[in-house]
Amino acid sequence: MQNPYLPYPVRIDDITVEAVDKSLKTFKFVFLNDGDEEKFAYQAGQFAELSIPGVGETPIGIASSPVEKGFVKFTVNRAGVVTTHLHNMKVGDVMGLRGPLGNWFPWEEMEAGKNVLIVGGGFAFTTLRSSIIYMLDPANRSKFGNIDVVYGARSPGMLLYKDELVEWEKRDDINMHITVDATDDPDWKYNVGFVPPITEQKAPQGGDDAYAIVCGPPIMIKFTQPVLEKLGYAHDHIIMSLENRMKCGFGMCGRCGIGKELVCKDGPVFTLDQINKTPREY
Amino acid sequence: MTILKIDKKNWAEGLTAAANTYRLFGPVKEKDYHQFKALEKGEMPDLDMINTRLSPKALLFPQSEAMLECSLDESRDDHHIMKEIVRDDKPRAVVGIRPCDAKSTLLVKLNFDTPDVQDPYWLGAYHATTFIGMACDTPLSTCFCTTAGCGPYHEEGLDMLVMEQGDAYLAKLLTDKGKAFAAAAGWSETADDSAAFEAGRKAAEDRIVSTVKTDNLAATDLLELHGAPFWEDIAFSCINCGTCTFSCPTCWCFDIQDEVHGKSGVRMKNWDSCMFPIFTVHTTGHNPRDAKAQRVRQRFMHKLKYFVDKYDAGIMCVGCGRCVRQCPVNIDIRRVCEQMNSFKTAESCAAEG
Amino acid sequence: MVGYTDKIKEIAGRLLKECTVDMVIGFRKGTMPMMNEPCFATTPEAVDSLVWDSNCGINLANYLTNRKEKVAVIAKGCDSRNIVTHIIENKIKRDQVVIIGVPCTGMIDKRRITDMVAGEILDVSETENTIKVKTADAETLFDKAEVLQQNCALCIHRNPVIFDEMVADAIPEQDVVDRYADIQKIEAMDIEDKWRFFDDLLRPCIRCYACRNACPLCYCPTCFVDESKPQWMGKGQDPMDVRTFHFLRAYHCAGRCTDCGACERACPVGINMRLLTRKLEKDCQEEFGWEAGLSLDQRPAMDVYQANDPEPFIK
Repeated sequence: MQNPYLPYPVRIDDITVEAVDKSLKTFKFVFLNDGDEEKFAYQAGQFAELSIPGVGETPIGIASSPVEKGFVKFTVNRAGVVTTHLHNMKVGDVMGLRGPLGNWFPWEEMEAGKNVLIVGGGFAFTTLRSSIIYMLDPANRSKFGNIDVVYGARSPGMLLYKDELVEWEKRDDINMHITVDATDDPDWKYNVGFVPPITEQKAPQGGDDAYAIVCGPPIMIKFTQPVLEKLGYAHDHIIMSLENRMKCGFGMCGRCGIGKELVCKDGPVFTLDQINKTPREY
Repeated sequence: MTILKIDKKNWAEGLTAAANTYRLFGPVKEKDYHQFKALEKGEMPDLDMINTRLSPKALLFPQSEAMLECSLDESRDDHHIMKEIVRDDKPRAVVGIRPCDAKSTLLVKLNFDTPDVQDPYWLGAYHATTFIGMACDTPLSTCFCTTAGCGPYHEEGLDMLVMEQGDAYLAKLLTDKGKAFAAAAGWSETADDSAAFEAGRKAAEDRIVSTVKTDNLAATDLLELHGAPFWEDIAFSCINCGTCTFSCPTCWCFDIQDEVHGKSGVRMKNWDSCMFPIFTVHTTGHNPRDAKAQRVRQRFMHKLKYFVDKYDAGIMCVGCGRCVRQCPVNIDIRRVCEQMNSFKTAESCAAEG
Repeated sequence: MVGYTDKIKEIAGRLLKECTVDMVIGFRKGTMPMMNEPCFATTPEAVDSLVWDSNCGINLANYLTNRKEKVAVIAKGCDSRNIVTHIIENKIKRDQVVIIGVPCTGMIDKRRITDMVAGEILDVSETENTIKVKTADAETLFDKAEVLQQNCALCIHRNPVIFDEMVADAIPEQDVVDRYADIQKIEAMDIEDKWRFFDDLLRPCIRCYACRNACPLCYCPTCFVDESKPQWMGKGQDPMDVRTFHFLRAYHCAGRCTDCGACERACPVGINMRLLTRKLEKDCQEEFGWEAGLSLDQRPAMDVYQANDPEPFIK
């Protein structure tokens, strides 16, 4: 019997500071044991428990993409005990990784040539990065229709994965709509404004062939939802990723329940349709 | 079905013999209350007890259990690599468990033994354990097992059901595990007396005076029940202690905590409770169940609605009555269940009216 | 106290009808013998469910913490002292609460009575001085005095110290010879015996925190045992962590505890943690001449500083 509590040992291979205020860092991990990477096969939208022996565990969305091999990446906001400790660790340190956990975005449905709108805010962009890399992979791009991305952060310095954003901007097979809440940078050449109104202005119409994936802070989700409805996205085509306090990550410890669904196991990815059927306890 | 007759004189001898093969656990009176514990050599389970104060769930799901360990000593090659703690899954037997508590293990199993993930700690202990049940001839006025999916002679979850008959015990061997235990105890005299069990069951069931109705729970709309007007009233007196959840045989929620002792780290699994505010609080400080009434609702909705909908295996309650007897402020699951089961949504009222 | 119920209903009904308060907090009859449940009434009709008898041991001051509405509360002597403490500690405003005082002849000890009779107790009834306990086979009559909770037997403040309405005339206070005989016995133990005693006392604890949560003093938004930054103690069943919880909690209650007995009453495994709080109560009395919750005008013992304090560390 596989012990689901036992993490794979990993080494920190690289650390990138993502945000100007240093609150966000991306950790690149490599597996210590042969074969563990294969066992960790994941899909975009899933998460894992970053496991620091003697400190604890924290559930974080997987930022690397299934098409990226040899490592896994997580972008971590410094907030609680475990993430603060992690931010103080260095390249070469050994820790654990437990997963992959949870479900994923509905790739099977979307890979039938659907248009995909990605709406992200703040540091919740991690699994969306994973998704974009996956969709843009030469082996996959043809499976999707149009790809639009609305991504917002408080300021230019708080945007994640800046190099990749610039690269995606240059491509013609993905429409990027980057925005910041505010900026005093006179050279800023993208949008200024909150995600919901930018979505309203820039995002394509919904419909049977369109899906919207939304990840961000609760307030952004709250105001984006009516915009998407207005654009014609059906409730079962609006895909969201929920967060709740978690411990085990595989549906046993009980704390992340919203009604009969467990965010860690039945989610974290839900359609708006499903969410509307649960008590809003997240 | 084999039924054995065990002269009471041979009971202790049999258990002592079985102790060569099994680690024995049973109810023992400590200070003022009965408690399940590992029996010392020659110590006998107290079969005269009504039931234990805390449920026997800790035998499979200890309140505090070390799962993983590792060295934090950086001079070692394997530092910061978690390893499984070697489990003691040698055969054990719980002697004197009540049928309600035995049934509860099957409800808890739904959580710890799922098609895609299994908890090796709970499951390891479960498979290692033989459940020797003692039929319940003196239920309390707060027991409502017969309307909570089991009963005083209920067999689900048991390997052997024992009942008292004068100077002897009758033991029904329900599984191979039960047969193996009887063999280890040297009990072999058979008695063709299933009528005794039937009579005992009927008499005991007649002594159950407390009931719950659960027939409408599945059909009631989940969100409407969640939004029912009675939760504030039910929750008012609650002090948000964990007594109900900790004494409940079916409450399975837990916490995972790392502890450091010198240069070694241990990852623990500890009982947790949906009554505690920090159970659900996010790192940001946001708490989806911040108010007391939300937490009280969660406990009852989990037991009497979410579980019902999710597993189609009845309610997540076996009617042992522990929470009723031990709640310091007298919140009574029977009363709550009644309110939930008789709850009429606006729509159904209109239809009837 | 027989007969208080009608008077309580009358006062509560009047306060609600005249809109003096938004809510009355009291007790309704429980679902089991010797148990009543704290409840609230917001309409004059709802006061009909209010009851009073010797099973109202739960401290209702616990239900006042941080309330916003205007509320009436039924208060025994100990409850009233905790209300005083609540007012001093800014947990509720004096002008926001109408105190319905109950001169209290003591609450009966459910556990003691359960131990004193054979078989399950099916019904308990009372007169002024007696308690009648029925089981399936027998009926036993006790003097109420012999089945009181220990804190009630030792109580020297049975009358509310602060009130706006009284349910009955004040009753004589008890002459208690020695409130601390059991504490003195522990004080006299040598270190090893003390260690064994406390180890034995606290071993059954399951850390459900019923004692803490039943206590009107324990209103911290995050208790030290739940704090994670920093984490002061482990969360498992390590005896050291269990002891730390109980000892520290007792110290947090020093000079504030009224020995209402809520903690002991709530404990599902029968721990008498009052042995800890009463030691500190005794010390406060001996060292500072302080009894908690008697006056709105005096700061609690652990809350004041005096320039002539004899302790050298404070200079």
